[in-house]
Amino acid sequence: MPVAGCDVGSLTSKAVLMDRSRILASVIIKSKAKPWESATDVMNQALARARLTLGEIRYCVGTGYGREKIPFLSEALSEIACHGKGARWLLPSARTVIDIGGQDCKAIKLEKDGRIARFTANDKCASGTGRFLEVMARILGLELEELGERSARSRNPVTLASACTVWAQADVIQHWNDKVPIEDIAAGINHAMAARMAVLANSIGVEPDVCMTGGVSKNRGVLTALEKQLGTRIRRPTKGDPQLAGAIGAALFAQERIQGGGIR
Amino acid sequence: MIVAGCDVGSLTAKAVILRDGKLAGSAVAAVSSSPEDSGRTVLGLAARQAGISVDDIATCVGTGYGRKNLPFAQTVESEIACHGRGAVWQAPEVRTVVDIGGQDAKAIKVDPEGKVVQYVYNDKCASGTGRFLEIIAEALDLQLEDLGEIAARSTQALTLSNQCVVFAETEIISLVNQGREIPDIIQALHQAVANRATSLARSIVLAPPVTLTGGVARNSGMFKAMGKALGMQLLRIEHPQINGAIGAALFAMDTVQRGTSCPTPGAVAG
Repeated sequence: MPVAGCDVGSLTSKAVLMDRSRILASVIIKSKAKPWESATDVMNQALARARLTLGEIRYCVGTGYGREKIPFLSEALSEIACHGKGARWLLPSARTVIDIGGQDCKAIKLEKDGRIARFTANDKCASGTGRFLEVMARILGLELEELGERSARSRNPVTLASACTVWAQADVIQHWNDKVPIEDIAAGINHAMAARMAVLANSIGVEPDVCMTGGVSKNRGVLTALEKQLGTRIRRPTKGDPQLAGAIGAALFAQERIQGGGIR
Repeated sequence: MIVAGCDVGSLTAKAVILRDGKLAGSAVAAVSSSPEDSGRTVLGLAARQAGISVDDIATCVGTGYGRKNLPFAQTVESEIACHGRGAVWQAPEVRTVVDIGGQDAKAIKVDPEGKVVQYVYNDKCASGTGRFLEIIAEALDLQLEDLGEIAARSTQALTLSNQCVVFAETEIISLVNQGREIPDIIQALHQAVANRATSLARSIVLAPPVTLTGGVARNSGMFKAMGKALGMQLLRIEHPQINGAIGAALFAMDTVQRGTSCPTPGAVAG
């Protein structure tokens, strides 16, 4: 009996269709101006891939910042709950989840059995969120994915004087004007990003295994820099796309619902 | 006796000439890439306004972000000390100075002599600084100095839900696209900057009366928003933007007079 999880974020929207803990289909799209448009579009694409219709979906859990606006919603759940659950499915040994979204970042500590022990989130300041990387990539004329690749070749990473996106932007422009190699600037950006995320993660205490989710986790440069900052390895989930963690978690909750289970 | 104070900030350079303890000339100019050039230019302008030659200046004290790069300044003083000193000279009753600069914000508690008792300083976050206003003005293609006037035409209260400059910029652009009026948006912007600067200032106990200094204080919308955020009537001083340079000039006077106290408070001319 298929269920769905739909995660409507600020930058991307994700849909996952599941049946008995197996992913039938998943889709990631760029979010549109209206959250309900994003939700409908991403869900229709996922349904088409799984050759299903909306009527066949038994239960749909929504999450993400646009979750209340999803038209075909059975229930809306918090991002923390869904990301924790999704990360655990992706990496069953995960005790700390660091999720970087387009406009926020969260650190979640899980109990041995997967229940949420503690969490903290920042959605007030662009620093340490995907937005920071987006702003910096634009200045350098790079695609987001290129930031990671380029920084891997850096020999002399620059140091950005400030965590604030506005000030760091001025710093990056200065380095760019000074003809500093783009690799070194990219590495400096990833370091600054990781430093900010480390502050958040350390505030709840990092316990291995550490799992990183969200789109930014695909950036090797940030991941490596964060490993250095935290002094611990970060495991990359192999079971699925870490950007889907929230939607996977939502779908898992949907499945528990139709099985009569409570929310854990 | 002729002394000078030169305050080279991140956005503007200010210079003040004091002749026998009275304001004889002042100037404000946008900074160029070189703090030294900016300082020399603005000092020259102030000297011309005072009807003197730069060579007539007995001593010059530098302050501000670019103070370390002013070879013509005999000594330097911190911005904190200069703003405290300048404000009490302009209005002796002032006990707290909130200075909103182009890239920072400070709250300074002073004693009746203008000496700093306690202060707090933020240059970590752009919100709550003049940069916030500058970025939004740029995005909306408005002149920074017109913002106060524009906000005065606001008819509907509006609140920004974001504090971060980066997020607020996106929010403001979508408000414009939704057809919200620019004056309402600018009024909301002023309040956002004021709220942020106030939450910083509140980390020290603010002794009234409070005055607002820096170029931002010339913006009537910001002045009003700060009063609202602080929940008190602010004291207006005559020269908020050159306040730091005035303080620097007063320190210059000290070095000339060696130990004599500052002149009669409130003696502000021209």
